[in-house]
Amino acid sequence: MFPKGTKRKFSDSREEPVAGGEDVNQSNLAAVRMLSSYSLQRQSLLDMSLIKLQLCHMLVEPNLCRSVLIANTVRQIQEEMTQDGTWQIMTQALSAANAAAQCSADRLVATEVLCRQTEAAQGEQVPKPFPVVGSEGCPAEEVAAAEVGMTMSTVSPQAPTSYLPGTFGMDPCWEEETGEDDDDDDDEEEDSEECGSGSEGEERERDSLVEDTRTAEQVFGTFEIKNPAPSPDPALEELFSDVDASYYDLDTVLTGMQSVPKMGPYDLLESLSSHGPSPLSSSTSCRSDLNELDHIMEIIVGS
Amino acid sequence: MLNPIQVLCSDITSLSLEPEPFASYTEADIISTVEFNHTGELLATGDKGGRVVIFQREPESHEPEFDYLKSLEIEEKINKIRWLPQQNASHFLLSTNDKTVKLWKVSERDKRPEGYNLKDEEGRMKNLSTVTSLQVPVLKPMDLMVEVSPRRVFANAHTYHVNSISVNSDHETYMSADDLRINLWHLGITNRSFNIVDIKPVNMEDLTEVITAAEFHPHHCNLLVYSSSKGTLRLCDMREAALCDKHSKLFEEPEDPSNRSFFSEIISSVSDVKFSHSGRYLLTRDYLTAKVWDLNMENKPLEIYQVHDYLRSKLCSLYENDCIFDKFECAWNGSDSVIMTGAYNNFFRMFDRNTNRDVTLEASRESSKPRAVLKPRRVCQGGKRRKDDISVDSLDFTKKILHTAWHPTENIIAIAATNNLYIFQDKLNQEMHG
Repeated sequence: MFPKGTKRKFSDSREEPVAGGEDVNQSNLAAVRMLSSYSLQRQSLLDMSLIKLQLCHMLVEPNLCRSVLIANTVRQIQEEMTQDGTWQIMTQALSAANAAAQCSADRLVATEVLCRQTEAAQGEQVPKPFPVVGSEGCPAEEVAAAEVGMTMSTVSPQAPTSYLPGTFGMDPCWEEETGEDDDDDDDEEEDSEECGSGSEGEERERDSLVEDTRTAEQVFGTFEIKNPAPSPDPALEELFSDVDASYYDLDTVLTGMQSVPKMGPYDLLESLSSHGPSPLSSSTSCRSDLNELDHIMEIIVGS
Repeated sequence: MLNPIQVLCSDITSLSLEPEPFASYTEADIISTVEFNHTGELLATGDKGGRVVIFQREPESHEPEFDYLKSLEIEEKINKIRWLPQQNASHFLLSTNDKTVKLWKVSERDKRPEGYNLKDEEGRMKNLSTVTSLQVPVLKPMDLMVEVSPRRVFANAHTYHVNSISVNSDHETYMSADDLRINLWHLGITNRSFNIVDIKPVNMEDLTEVITAAEFHPHHCNLLVYSSSKGTLRLCDMREAALCDKHSKLFEEPEDPSNRSFFSEIISSVSDVKFSHSGRYLLTRDYLTAKVWDLNMENKPLEIYQVHDYLRSKLCSLYENDCIFDKFECAWNGSDSVIMTGAYNNFFRMFDRNTNRDVTLEASRESSKPRAVLKPRRVCQGGKRRKDDISVDSLDFTKKILHTAWHPTENIIAIAATNNLYIFQDKLNQEMHG
């Protein structure tokens, strides 16, 4: 599972001191296996929960209680992973994947914001409950892209592939990211190159995490009974209605995220939901945001 | 003296336990609520298709024969039905779907007026030139007719899905509870309701807890209890404040650290809460247990009953298939000595609080021939397996008994198993005691 010579961050802190040379290796391995088994299970549970949150709007009977319970489970896992240090490693890996991936300038902006958040969090040396990754550093256009991705995934049958637990968490590439506190971009670049084979999967993982913002909003934003008749294609309709709001709130969202120290998993909720207080930005930024809308439409049409 | 009415309705599976060919059912046929009225004479069921069916106890019979009385169609699935205490010859019940509560009057008519002056037998206006004398209309007996008519519609008060309704002991007011709010209504006023509990956070992103069930105290019209998804119960006194966000009492069991897992919170979520008939105790159901609480003891339950602890090692699978979110209801018997709740595989469980004995029974066509005695069932977890035991892995998790009801005075129970309704009677102990 782990290449030789790899610095095992978790197991280092959990290894039992033993005598005897060979026994050391074996007990190390046993401890590591137990730990990785738990981590795998935990990761699998996290993935499962994220999928459930994402698909909650597709239930026959929307269920706020269920969604709240799943969201709380995600939060618990996230808190534990933050304390373990796993969460930071994961977000670093994702931001590295972001930086390495071929993407538009706008996506690089998103990456930068994400990294800034990560740095800020690390600098404080306090395990803060990280939100679901995508929502934290993700500006509105990423959300829109995520929404697009979400709609696509709900339409296309290939959706589940982006959630393969195996591609998440225990990838040796991430283990090689030693979790050094200095966010050396060169190191990240290097690591992402080494993980060349896995980068595609990671990018898919990044997208899948980013999609969670959409989920969170849908979880709580659409449980209010707005009208008696359900729309014929709720996913698409909500996609476009929320895209509009999100563009107007681009500035608010970015500003809000950088200033708020504690991030809930659904921190975009209020700004994106049509029910929350959402101050409109100036018309000029609206126009540039509308260009983004075109960009997103190209993605929809293009893929 | 009421005679039973036979009304044909193709989707309703027969109440009686006559063996019938297994009928396929749709989602709409799934029974979503079962409720006896206060005398036990009437039994109402609601289903996901929005149909309420009322059964009436055959009088003069020692067997609990309930015959089909009436059905009515309401849009959307019925979440709860509650009968009002009877005040005159008619019966009233409240039904609720996700957002609207309705009051219905169930009345029987066995006479009709005849001999009108202005209209003829068919109701057409008479030609006045043919009327030569005046007559007084008289009431003549007719075939018994049951009429169900909507009397009130209580709408537009809930943004979230209504999960509970409860009639107050003052017989004038009732409450309706959704995921985040509880409203108080007067039965006669439909355009106004008072919000008495509101747990909606200012920012929805801070939402971590929802209301799962609520009920009024059976005797004290100022007291109500509501349960939450975090496993807490809150007793509220409406005399203390208009908005009962601050509870009078908070019932919560401290978490067992040895059993802690990522599923701890989910399985602690209370799916149903019921006051005892005496008003002294509360019965709650969470995923794996049923608990009896003393109103005077907030820090832990009085009694804990393991409903299906063998599922504790399967929580991850049950989370995956969403069964962990199933909402089981619970019920007291009339004397508060026995509690009952449903489980999977069409099993339901009864716990005798006095003797500490419990039994697992099955509600299914295969195992229940009419007049047959139900055989106790057992789930084995490995180890020694007896002849008719069923192993945990063979349980059918699609067959869940979520809704059960106990006759208010007799040992008669109604069990809803998906689209079928079963009625069982304790032959040995017909009357309540204990």
